[in-house]
Amino acid sequence: MAFIDRAARSLFLTELLSGMGLTLKYLFRPKVTLNYPYEKGPLSPRFRGEHALRRYPNGEERCIACKLCEAICPAQAITIEAEPREDGSRRTTRYDIDMTKCIYCGLCQEACPVDAIVEGPNFEYATETREELFYNKDKLLENGDRWEAQIAANIAADAPYR
Amino acid sequence: MEILWNDYLWPTIVIAFFTVVVIVVVLMAVAYTTYYERKVMGAMQLRQGPMTVGPFGLLQPFADGLKLFAKETIIPSGSNRVVFLLAPMLTFFLSLVAWAVIPFDQGWVLADVNIGILYLLAISSMGVYGIVMAGWASNSRYAFLGGLRSAAQMVSYEVSMGFVVVSVLLCVGSLNLSDIVMAQSGSWGFLNWYFIPLFPMFVVFFISALAENNRLPFDLPEGESELAGGFMVEYSSATYAMFFLGEYANMLLMSAMLVILFLGGWLAPFPFLEFIPGVFWFFLKIAVVLFVYIWVRATFPRFRYDQLMRIGWKIFLPFTLFWVVLTAGVLVAFDWLPGSA
Amino acid sequence: MIISGLAFYLFSIIAVVAAVMVISARNPVHSVLYLIVVFFNSAALFVLMGAEFLALILVIVYVGAVAVLFLFVVMMLDIDFTELREGFLRYLPIGLVIGLILLVELFVVIGAWAFASDAANQIAAPAPPADQVDNTLALGRLLYTDYAYLFQAAGMILLVAMIGAIVLTLRHRPDTKRQRVAEQVARRPDEVLDVRKVNPGEGI
Repeated sequence: MAFIDRAARSLFLTELLSGMGLTLKYLFRPKVTLNYPYEKGPLSPRFRGEHALRRYPNGEERCIACKLCEAICPAQAITIEAEPREDGSRRTTRYDIDMTKCIYCGLCQEACPVDAIVEGPNFEYATETREELFYNKDKLLENGDRWEAQIAANIAADAPYR
Repeated sequence: MEILWNDYLWPTIVIAFFTVVVIVVVLMAVAYTTYYERKVMGAMQLRQGPMTVGPFGLLQPFADGLKLFAKETIIPSGSNRVVFLLAPMLTFFLSLVAWAVIPFDQGWVLADVNIGILYLLAISSMGVYGIVMAGWASNSRYAFLGGLRSAAQMVSYEVSMGFVVVSVLLCVGSLNLSDIVMAQSGSWGFLNWYFIPLFPMFVVFFISALAENNRLPFDLPEGESELAGGFMVEYSSATYAMFFLGEYANMLLMSAMLVILFLGGWLAPFPFLEFIPGVFWFFLKIAVVLFVYIWVRATFPRFRYDQLMRIGWKIFLPFTLFWVVLTAGVLVAFDWLPGSA
Repeated sequence: MIISGLAFYLFSIIAVVAAVMVISARNPVHSVLYLIVVFFNSAALFVLMGAEFLALILVIVYVGAVAVLFLFVVMMLDIDFTELREGFLRYLPIGLVIGLILLVELFVVIGAWAFASDAANQIAAPAPPADQVDNTLALGRLLYTDYAYLFQAAGMILLVAMIGAIVLTLRHRPDTKRQRVAEQVARRPDEVLDVRKVNPGEGI
């Protein structure tokens, strides 16, 4: 009887058919992929994307040129030069991040005492040339202005866990 | 002058026109077969498939084609240039030539020859040359191994395919493709089609067609994982595109053959649906067969080469041979032989 | 009529040229490819004669199967062209002699050949029009009625040749391990798996 059972199984290709049945079942399942440039997945508030330098609500830049980020950066991607401004406050004259060196570890934003340098939610900043990825202070401040709303919301959302 | 015009030139123009129409239709169908495959495979793997070019990615085939033809054709310096370039052309040419005898509807056929099915078998048996020549002329070990594999594989599966065709021909009594379709007509709709009485042959033919087209799970001539693309490994740009188009056109052709032999060609599945033109049913059936092609591809892993040969020679060949004898015996015993004159 | 005449000359010229190329091509793979061209053009000549069944059988059997196997073997040969050319002059006289003998024999055979006495009538008899009797039917009738025994005999000869070839090349190697697919497929988990309850600290 077992022999007949086995022979029938192989003659009627039951195993192949059950495999095909499985794929057919999957055909009608909802798809798990997103239509990327038009649909995007959710991002965590802790997402570490493109860097930005933030400002205070009155427009003053937050960075006080303490150079903690430069010191902690494991990839040595950050270069800072500083001198006192006319009003006597200590400010950066140069704040460069080499995005081709950056490893997106997030240590710079952890080290920052005034929440000036942050890694924002933007991850779509591919460029056509390498040079465009050497960010300077203007570029970083501009990023901060553009993404401020989301960055502030992210920091607020993450605050209870810090 | 009038004789020249009436007997030679005008018929030539008419035939050329219809040939161009058929070629355009086939190539469009080929283009959308690639889209169809990517969409169905995507759905079975819970992906979306092409979505970006045009609405629902509908223009993707053209984008791919343009990309391929815009690339540089590379001819390896150690290759045999003439044969190397001849091989993709041959594959492409043969895949189109075969459509001359395919009846799309009652009387919608370029050449209504009496031995259409033999013509199809002959053309498909020549398809192996494109691959073997490509494998040899590339002067590459991967390509050569792919060529050898395909030579052995296609010859093996042609034998059992021939027997399947014979068992259908026994029931029809004609080698004309239109006659084969008309023999399946009747008041019972799809119950008249040959896939019911000859169901095992239907399955064997389908599996052999997979092997004949080098489709998964029998795509050993390509064998990406061990042969890095097999016979196509040295091809690029337009030559590669020709292989690609030829392969998909052959896939369509085999589906068309399956539809004509077993699924009643252009006939409607139910008698009350006969008001819909036959060409619609023909393409719908091809689409269904193609779906199964893709479905199989999405389901099974590749066979090992000795397993492939074992199925071809030790299972399909004896089985089809037995079934041909059985069919002939039944037809004679019940006096059902067609056209017994 | 003109068209078919032109086609006849076209196909025969290509066939003859390709046939010459088969024996004169340096590369044996090219020879086989030319041989395929010859087959193909002969098939075309058959079509011109109205024997489309024969033509397509020629293509299916010779082009589709026999020549593929030729090509298969020839492609795998490792041919050294310099070595091939070295022996050419040495073997030329012997080759010429053999060729001459064959030529003479051919002439002898053809010289003794004569038309059958009723051949003239056969030629004059009108062939049945092609639209009434297709040549598949005609050939089948002839083969399976008048020449049934000869047909069977030919089949037997081929079968013997095939079995002979298999017997000559079959080697039984007792030390190789082979895969038995049927056994593997037929195996069920409950036949090979034994699930036991293991008490802690006791082992099996």
